[in-house]
Amino acid sequence: MSTNDEQDNLTPDENTNLSTEAKTAVSIQVSNNRKTVKKLLLVVVAMFGFGFALVPLYDVFCDITGLNGKTNGTAVAYTATGIDKSRLIKVQFITRNAQGIPWKFEPVINEITVHPGEMKLVSFYAKNNAAHDIIGQAVPSVSPGLAANYFHKIECFCFTQQPLKAAEEVEMTLQFYIDLELPEDINTLTLSYTLYDITEKSS
Amino acid sequence: MTTDVIAQDSHDEHHDDSHEHGKMTGIKRWLYTTNHKDIGTLYLWFAFIMFLTGGAMAMVIRAELFQPGLQLVEPDFFNQLTTVHGLIMVFGAIMPAFTGFANWMIPMMIGAPDMALPRMNNWSFWILPFAFAILLSSFFMESGAPNFGWTFYAPLSTTYSNGSTAFFVFAVHIMGISSIMGAINIVVTIMNLRAPGMTYMKMPLFVWTFFITAYLLIAVMPVLAGVVTMLLTDTYFGTSFFDAAGGGDPVMFQHIFWFFGHPEVYIMILPAFGIVSTTIPAFSRKRLFGYSSMVYATSSIALLSFIVWAHHMFTTGMPLFGELFFMYCTMLIAVPTGVKVFNWVATMWRGSLSFETPMLFSIAFVILFTIGGFSGLMLAMTPVDFQYHDTYFVVAHFHYVLVTGSLFSIYAGAYYWLPKWTGHMYNDTLSKWHFWCSLISVNLLFFPMHFLGLAGMPRRIPDYALQFADFNKWVSIGGFAFGLSQLIFLVVVIKCIRGGEKAPAKPWDGAIGLEWTVASPAPYHTFSTPPPQKDIDNADQHEH
Repeated sequence: MSTNDEQDNLTPDENTNLSTEAKTAVSIQVSNNRKTVKKLLLVVVAMFGFGFALVPLYDVFCDITGLNGKTNGTAVAYTATGIDKSRLIKVQFITRNAQGIPWKFEPVINEITVHPGEMKLVSFYAKNNAAHDIIGQAVPSVSPGLAANYFHKIECFCFTQQPLKAAEEVEMTLQFYIDLELPEDINTLTLSYTLYDITEKSS
Repeated sequence: MTTDVIAQDSHDEHHDDSHEHGKMTGIKRWLYTTNHKDIGTLYLWFAFIMFLTGGAMAMVIRAELFQPGLQLVEPDFFNQLTTVHGLIMVFGAIMPAFTGFANWMIPMMIGAPDMALPRMNNWSFWILPFAFAILLSSFFMESGAPNFGWTFYAPLSTTYSNGSTAFFVFAVHIMGISSIMGAINIVVTIMNLRAPGMTYMKMPLFVWTFFITAYLLIAVMPVLAGVVTMLLTDTYFGTSFFDAAGGGDPVMFQHIFWFFGHPEVYIMILPAFGIVSTTIPAFSRKRLFGYSSMVYATSSIALLSFIVWAHHMFTTGMPLFGELFFMYCTMLIAVPTGVKVFNWVATMWRGSLSFETPMLFSIAFVILFTIGGFSGLMLAMTPVDFQYHDTYFVVAHFHYVLVTGSLFSIYAGAYYWLPKWTGHMYNDTLSKWHFWCSLISVNLLFFPMHFLGLAGMPRRIPDYALQFADFNKWVSIGGFAFGLSQLIFLVVVIKCIRGGEKAPAKPWDGAIGLEWTVASPAPYHTFSTPPPQKDIDNADQHEH
């Protein structure tokens, strides 16, 4: 009986040529191996799960820290306790089309100045230049990223999808205010919208 | 057939010095084998074939880059070549080569009769050729091979994929399963099959490095499997893990990928540390300096590798705190790595050195790997990384650590153990030619890339600005020379298998380790009975 087959068979009883002592040794060995393999497989499964757990963890982490410039995804109520007239914050608007969406998409005004706590309403213009209906989705991002948690959207077209018929145009509104707690060193915010064609995904 | 062999085997249980028994003949021997030495050989040959395949792609890449302008290949095909070159060298050449070493040497070094799970061992090797067949077959598909870089960043590999993503994902899945099975086998073998008296701290450092590497594999290969699965569903099943349009985040891809990717680079270098920690003491005729510190340094490198991943992502717009954290953690890795380099140098210090080919490769490893380590330190510094990011400086860095690091250590190990594997000494003259040609050409190939990167040449491009032409010409010449030099190794190995001076059980007078207590070539079955305590004590790498 070659030794690798002893390990391999996992059925030491069949190895009639072995002494009882050797059989016991082999079966202890086999059960040890099985225990270790089970533990290691558990780690493998856990780490596979961990890979997927990173997805919600990443979102939670970014939510708490506001690290990657993600703004609130649903409307919030206005809760500021006043207007800080001593500070003036410049807010710039940028739009960008993702590959393959033939819309004209731009801010009506490129830049405004606001006091923290002050509510503002701005508009964005969109026109579907294609000959067919398209559903668009604008995804916002704030720079510097750390300012994202201080930029509150009361109403935003980005909360919903934007279906536009061929050649249809629309003016879309964004209502926001800046938190009174905005860190001292941030005086300019850039809000960037990327517009995606999600016709296929939503159908 | 199998039962016949087992029955036949059981009659001559104690005659394991017979080289022939227990083997089937022809192709079946290799298909059905559960013998760790056979499987080690399969891994090593597979790795070498893959190395030549990936190398051939590198030759086309260098031929295209020989001059500015587009001469040989279309840009899209160029991208496919760089992508598949990277994937093959990482998953097809370096990692299987190390698994081959593990299979061949670990059981012999710890006085075990075989790997703990021989059938799984067979399976973990034999699924590998299929993985690479799937990957390489995509070259012949309408879509072409993966063209999004070996790092397969989303959305390049999802939204903008050329249609090869499914092939790529399934190939990576199979490679991952193979690596995980191989790693489980290594861990179980080391934990359960050490000869009585072989305590953990008496194990050769070689075994330690593979032990730690196997744990890294078990921890991060499943994460890789997870991230490619997300890619697959993003591309074909409408999920939005990495698609901003659906609420996902492409930067998150990089986080998950590099959470796997950084430990992965240590998976490819820790075994190299193990090999040179074996060869340098042998040819210095001294014990390894600081054995325990080597064990702890290897473990700390492995642990630190989990908290440095975002140094690959400094330019993604991380906040300052993140950049500082990942910068300092990365630089911290230089400490245990430095411990290792100084230990190797201290091992050689006042040793009675001789310069056989394994030693030449090992010394080249220490020097050139350190150069790669230093450029890594430069890249670790956030402010300068903004300049170096995605340039040839990065290419120079990781080729210094992977080619003159991992690959040179593989050559050192191969020359060191070839007499044990084949029973013959290799052709010394040819092996020296192999070393010197490789050494000179590899530096001509990779050193000027530092300058190209500093001057701003981006990576992964088929064409470049005129001012980079001179350096690129030299780099390409170095590349062709290096590629051709590797064929010398093929000749050396084939000659060594076919014949040559008979190797004694221990051809290197300074070598220690249980593998030298068995005959050369190593009998088909070794250590069916555990080695005596005296041999284990003699194999102890601690200084006395």
